[in-house]
Amino acid sequence: MAQLVDDYDRESLTCFIQTHRNQPASLIQVLSHIQQTAGYLPKPVLVEVSEKLGLSLTEVYSTASFYAFFTFRPRGRHNIVLCNGTACYVKGTGAVRATLERELGIRAGDTTADRRFSLDVVRCLGCCALAPVVMVDKDVYAGVDPAKVPEILNKYQ
Amino acid sequence: MATVKLTIDNNPVEVEQETTVLEAARSLGISIPTLCHLRELNQVGACRMCIVEVEGARSYPASCTLPVSEGMVVRTATPGVRAARKMILELILSDHPNECLICIRNGHCELQAAADTLGVREVRFQRMSRRLHPKDDSGSAVIREPQKCIYCRRCVSVCAGVQGVEAVGPQLRGFSTVIAPPYNLPLAESVCVNCGQCLLVCPVGAIYERDETASVWAALADPAKHVVVQTAPATRVTLGEAFGMPPGTPVTGKMVAALRRLGFDRVFDTDFTADLTIVEESNELLNRMKNGGVLPQITSCSPGWVKFIEHFYQDLLPHLSTSKSPQQMFGALAKTYYAEEAGVDPADIVVVSVMPCTAKKFEAGRPEMQSSGHRDVDVVLTTRELVRMLKEAGIDLTRLPDEEYDAPLGISTGAGAIFGATGGVMEAALRTAYEVATGKPLPKVDIKEVRGLEGIKQAVIDFEGTPVKVLVAHGLRHARTLMEKLKAGELSEYHFIEVMCCPGGCIGGGGQPIGTDSEDRRRRIEGIYRVDKNMKLRKSHENPAVIRLYADFLGRPLGEKSHRLLHTHYVRRSAHPVLTE
Ligand code: SF4
Ligand code: SF4
Ligand code: SF4
Ligand code: FES
Repeated sequence: MAQLVDDYDRESLTCFIQTHRNQPASLIQVLSHIQQTAGYLPKPVLVEVSEKLGLSLTEVYSTASFYAFFTFRPRGRHNIVLCNGTACYVKGTGAVRATLERELGIRAGDTTADRRFSLDVVRCLGCCALAPVVMVDKDVYAGVDPAKVPEILNKYQ
Repeated sequence: MATVKLTIDNNPVEVEQETTVLEAARSLGISIPTLCHLRELNQVGACRMCIVEVEGARSYPASCTLPVSEGMVVRTATPGVRAARKMILELILSDHPNECLICIRNGHCELQAAADTLGVREVRFQRMSRRLHPKDDSGSAVIREPQKCIYCRRCVSVCAGVQGVEAVGPQLRGFSTVIAPPYNLPLAESVCVNCGQCLLVCPVGAIYERDETASVWAALADPAKHVVVQTAPATRVTLGEAFGMPPGTPVTGKMVAALRRLGFDRVFDTDFTADLTIVEESNELLNRMKNGGVLPQITSCSPGWVKFIEHFYQDLLPHLSTSKSPQQMFGALAKTYYAEEAGVDPADIVVVSVMPCTAKKFEAGRPEMQSSGHRDVDVVLTTRELVRMLKEAGIDLTRLPDEEYDAPLGISTGAGAIFGATGGVMEAALRTAYEVATGKPLPKVDIKEVRGLEGIKQAVIDFEGTPVKVLVAHGLRHARTLMEKLKAGELSEYHFIEVMCCPGGCIGGGGQPIGTDSEDRRRRIEGIYRVDKNMKLRKSHENPAVIRLYADFLGRPLGEKSHRLLHTHYVRRSAHPVLTE
């Protein structure tokens, strides 16, 4: 796998973390800021958080990995969201998910090595009439069946 | 303190405020089942086994975290409570592997015992298997089997609260939750110091020592091998416990007899090299004091402590004594001095240690520990592993005669014996350093200020006009307190610090009987000082075998040969687990 260059501004993160020095109670706030600016929680930044806030990395990762909001891999250029709400589930999300995972070579929650796609499964997107629903970035695909998956993916480079 | 009156199962009782319902019930002799609770250490209310009925309460609260209140009416075993407990236990069992027969904790497992006590004969839920997190046997000493974990968090509390290491904690969530190092990394890549305190408290077989009995059986069965064993100071006051003796009963002679019955060619004593460590280490101290070396000097015989300082206080490493631990001095001498004396090829010698410690397994495998030209110590067994071997061989310790160690590596003094208790290394070192420095006999052999279970102890000993100031810490959290002070420059007037990784010292080590508590520690310490009291010689430098060793082989303390065989160096490790992006 090619080495990817960090695409977040480490220096400004360091400055932000610095303002919470020795404030272990600010952990969640600091993590949210990093998630929102970098798009995920990079390992070296978490190490820095642990050192500056005065917490063990065990504790930092424990908190971060508890919340679904935090992710640990850089996001892909395109974000695929697969609905797994009741309606979509009944209408066959399972097969769509299996195909997506096979085509992309990753599990839900992960990003492809070339960072082209990230794949997430969510509880309900709220448009049950269109089940099963897949969203790629801002585009909504309704009534997706596994055979349509390669065609959809091809639109995004 | 104010008291509170309540009734438990129709018995009126008056207890101090802040007491929990669980404790109040216990004071009445009523036992409530528990799984996660551990007195003084873990009160997290995680397992819900200890639920009770409280009049007026809407649900069944967990008694281990419920404070008593005035007029409370508690019932501990109503049909409803019992049914609910059973259901909770069945839920725990629904994703627990059914492996009791081949589990390391078979017969000594709190979950198994709870299932028995509660009379669980079936699990009404569909069985799920948790294969998500495989067994982690990356560590040289401690193995994790997350499938068996019941999330009681005792290990987390101990690793953080007692040891201040925080190597493991709950990671991820829901069904994928795992008690592990961050990023679910293998233990070997974490800051774990191998102390084994977590496995002493784990109620089940989810964390345990690497069992190396098989390689010892193999060596004993190989006629080409000359297998020698050394026994650590602290094992002689705990080995008896597995055979029904009270904690702290010295079983030295019977242990020697048992090891001979197992077939070891020579039975030697780590107490011998404990004496040697004292001679080297106290000379090193006097040398540092005389020549402006780095002070305070800190002891280095506890391998969990050594790894801890390597991870967290790298800049303080020059304070560590370069003297090897008694275990490693023994290994280095067994394959040089002893090999020569006995006319055995060191390549054919297998050195086995019996240790109270899991971290000793890691220490023996350190690449530095090959100064004899071979791996100095081949296999380290914990006290528990030796028990397993004795049971498997059908040897009943209680029925054996007392036998003597073999010479010369089996001769020792009381100073070597007290190495097993917190403060013991300090006391032994002071007994020798005083006499070497002043040339006069020490007026008082017992140095009581450094004994006992207080976390940090200190003493000043007058070396004929020179006050020597010392500190003693046990349990790494206390060591951390001292290191923070040292780093801040607050300990500059001190000369010598003893640190033992485990609470109570080696008598409470991670290789000792499962479930070791403060009371066990106290009684074992008493046993250790009894061993010391009963020795003819109580000062390391008076050990005749040590004197002969210097005369015939080593030359002098801190000499060239000592330097090569008995001293070591340390490595700088990261304060965080290895992180590769
Ligand atoms: S941990 Fe206990 S209950 Fe689980 S398999 Fe082992 S002995 Fe049985
Ligand atoms: S062996 Fe010691 S340091 Fe390692 S996880 Fe257990 S308690 Fe923590
Ligand atoms: S590993 Fe053992 S002590 Fe730790 S949480 Fe699991 S069951 Fe409890
Ligand atoms: S023992 Fe009370 S909740 Fe576990």
